[in-house]
Amino acid sequence: MSRDNERHKTLSRRSLFLFGGQIALLSGLVGRMYYLQVVESEKFKTLADENRISYRIIAPKRGRILDRYGRLMAINKLNYRVMMVPENVNDLKQILEKLTRIIDLSRYDLLRLKRDIKRYRSFTPILLKENLEWDKIAKIEVNTEQLEGIFIDVGEQRFYPSGSAVAAVCGYVSQVTDQQKKTDPLFSIPGFKVGKSGMEKFYDIALRGKSGSKQIEVNAFGRQIRELEKREGEEGKDVWLTIDLELQKYVSQRLARESASCVVMDIHKGDLLALVSTPSFDPNAFNRGLTKSEWQKILNNSRNPLNNKAISGQYAPGSTFKMVVALAALEKGIISNRSNYFCTGSLELGDSIFHCWKKNGHGKMNMISAIAQSCDVYFYEVAKRLGIDAISSMARRLGLGQIFNIELSGEAKGLMPTREWKKKNKNSSWQQGETLLAGIGQGLILATPLQLAVMTSRIVNGGKAVTPRLTKGISLNKSDLDSSNNSKLGNFKNIGINITNLDLVKKSMSFVTNSPQGTAFRARIIDPKYRFGGKTGTVQVRRISAEEREIGVKKNKDLEWHERDHALFVGYAPLSNPRYVVSVVVEHGGGGSTVAAPLARDILLKVQKTTKS
Amino acid sequence: MTIGQKLLQINWVFVLLICLTASVGFLMLYSASNGRMDPWATRQIIRFFIGLTLMLIVAIVDIRVWLKYAYVIYFIAIGLLLVVEFGGIIGMGAQRWINFGIFNLQPSEIMKVAIILAIARYFYARRLVYVNSFIHISMPLVLIIFPALLILRQPDLGTTILLVATGLTMLFLVGVKLWFFAVGLVLSIIACYPIWNFVLLDYQKSRLLTFFDPGRDPLGAGYHILQSKIALGSGGIFGKGFLKGSQSHLSFLPEKHTDFIFTMLAEELGLIGGLALIFLYLLMLIYAFAISVRCRNHFGRLICMGVSISFFLNIFVNISMVMGILPIVGMPLPLISYGGSAMMTLMFSFGLLLCAFVHRDTHISPGDSEGRYI
Repeated sequence: MSRDNERHKTLSRRSLFLFGGQIALLSGLVGRMYYLQVVESEKFKTLADENRISYRIIAPKRGRILDRYGRLMAINKLNYRVMMVPENVNDLKQILEKLTRIIDLSRYDLLRLKRDIKRYRSFTPILLKENLEWDKIAKIEVNTEQLEGIFIDVGEQRFYPSGSAVAAVCGYVSQVTDQQKKTDPLFSIPGFKVGKSGMEKFYDIALRGKSGSKQIEVNAFGRQIRELEKREGEEGKDVWLTIDLELQKYVSQRLARESASCVVMDIHKGDLLALVSTPSFDPNAFNRGLTKSEWQKILNNSRNPLNNKAISGQYAPGSTFKMVVALAALEKGIISNRSNYFCTGSLELGDSIFHCWKKNGHGKMNMISAIAQSCDVYFYEVAKRLGIDAISSMARRLGLGQIFNIELSGEAKGLMPTREWKKKNKNSSWQQGETLLAGIGQGLILATPLQLAVMTSRIVNGGKAVTPRLTKGISLNKSDLDSSNNSKLGNFKNIGINITNLDLVKKSMSFVTNSPQGTAFRARIIDPKYRFGGKTGTVQVRRISAEEREIGVKKNKDLEWHERDHALFVGYAPLSNPRYVVSVVVEHGGGGSTVAAPLARDILLKVQKTTKS
Repeated sequence: MTIGQKLLQINWVFVLLICLTASVGFLMLYSASNGRMDPWATRQIIRFFIGLTLMLIVAIVDIRVWLKYAYVIYFIAIGLLLVVEFGGIIGMGAQRWINFGIFNLQPSEIMKVAIILAIARYFYARRLVYVNSFIHISMPLVLIIFPALLILRQPDLGTTILLVATGLTMLFLVGVKLWFFAVGLVLSIIACYPIWNFVLLDYQKSRLLTFFDPGRDPLGAGYHILQSKIALGSGGIFGKGFLKGSQSHLSFLPEKHTDFIFTMLAEELGLIGGLALIFLYLLMLIYAFAISVRCRNHFGRLICMGVSISFFLNIFVNISMVMGILPIVGMPLPLISYGGSAMMTLMFSFGLLLCAFVHRDTHISPGDSEGRYI
């Protein structure tokens, strides 16, 4: 029994020891709990809140782009999209099969779907197809019972109701690039679009608005459980343009089949009423995302749809430049309205012969008839006496050779050469022959359609240094817009040209279209209320050899498209009290009087008839 | 004694403590499923009542019957472990269950009780002099190590550690000298090298490494420890309120109905709630110790202490790991965590404890089993 006792004692002793150990260890746990739940509690409370609270950014509505009367140029269209929540789909293959009976799913759509299923969490809605038509949506809505995990989502998408007609002005929006990603919290929203060109780019920040945010409670997988707090953002502002949408559409349509550009401008305010460049592109295609072949087609088009020719196209102004030469000479006193030159059809200078467009010559010409009939020899003579620097300086006063920093990017400067310029850039001295060519707007001189419109405006508005503008204002309300607008107007500086000289030139321009000898007489407007003046220009793009002159200069229709002449016209209307100017350039279009003048006439008629007072 | 007399002999205060603790578990499972009885609370309640019945039956069976069948139960458990080894159900990356149609059985849980019975059976009639002879100790060591290796292969590190710790502690109780443990410790440190390289699986290594350096894997195992600490700490003194634990209900907390259920309790009911549960456990440990002391037979005392140790280790390892004191090894919290096999074996072991109490004055002679008094 004693052995038994000893065994018992050992067991009791060691049991007690273990029991004590249990209590000690449990006390340790209590101590640890105290440390975590009392001492460190605040830290862990913060961490718990960081876990459960998440911030989401709310995209504001993008502002609209409106024309001068509030007509819609760029708006937000509802975009119906088919979305899928992968976790709610049991049999993907079957669902896709059912869906393809209703909508077309391209191979690209399916590839993107498979990639997105892997990339995002299973409760994140994935885009299957967007921009659905109404009947498709209705069919899907009716069949939702059988299409588990599929739903229709309504988003907003930029839409240009007039499509390609406004592309040159509005530009387009597209996905944010990687370099831009950090600058605005909004850019973290998948698929967020920003202005990439045109007014969409220039006013991007105003149009974009400010992001709102909401605080939501999320679970460990990022799924929203409930909304805790919401801070509304600021909607984007509407931008009102000076464009007259109806006119813009009309001009686009008239030029659609050409590679051409046109600027219509208010001569007093500088408002650009139309600014068109063709061929154009559909800006809607850019924000829906171009396919590779669409993009290639745009890039491969030799007529360059992405180039805004109205502001970036640089052309020799041709005979439309003759008003500049005439004004320079009148101001210098080299000629008066009574001075005459005799045109024999050409002029010899050293070894070279300078031809007039009229082979047999115009005979006796004064300033007015020389412009009306576009006599080249008259202007060779005048230019020879003026010198290039005087011509260039007058051109600059009239707005050529400079940029106006309008709201669109890509404005070209053109070129108004001087003796100094040639020495500096070509490292050779100026030749008198070059001055003669400059006298008829050829040679080195370059101007954009926008500059030609400004030049014409300054001639017919009484010598005011008007500059072009595209923006009427940024506001949400039309009455605010008009009041702020009127106060700023009509105080352009005078460029200091004698008004009688300006009136003389203006008169000569009216003869171009209204005297039977005028180069554009056939394009005149007969209704006295709407009559217009202007100047034609036909610019050679190839050299005509002496042999060709002997046997007869080839007609434009017998030439390859890219060897044909550029057709130009600048015009103003109405005749008595001018208000609008137009400049038209048709690349390789043929003669200024046969191609450009009729276009200008129609456009000036349209603007006079449709403009509201 | 009749059945009625035996039932009266049962320590009903201890039974009440069990019911109270289990009820805390039901509440937490109700919360874990976001305020619903399904899928966990209802099933756990049903199991508890089956377990309670089992416990009472075990308690009133004559203790000599358990002595007689101790080895049989042990070998049945070994057999079941072998079945798992060759044809068990794979779940959660480990092969742990046998499918019996209406329920899945986890033999490693049965082994937790079986080892207590087998060791108590081995030593109940052994004199102290023999306890410290190597030949006599090698047999119980085999009894411990063989099932431990089977469980480690499943792999189930938590149960393996628990089994070995319970077995060794029982050896300590019967009087094995301390130098033996010292030698064992040295040997196991030497054994660490081959175990690390050849036995432990990558995820087990990862858990151990992560425990020592939680920053090395912030989104894996370290993430679980961190989220558990955040949940506990943010609970504060009074907790976020029943059903209102953000960490638990927004799924930041993993396994909130099993291994991490204590974290959810401490998040929702705070320090107060955690201390209350620990206090309930403490009372049960005190009762187990008291019952052991009251027992006049060696077998009963060993059973009581074995059950007490196993129970305590379960509690301690589970709470330590959710508080970041021990690595996460996968061990449920007794009476609280959701789980059938664990609940049944725990109730069975409480049955044995109560059985020892009911038969506290029964004299057990060597002839009560095949064993001899040597």
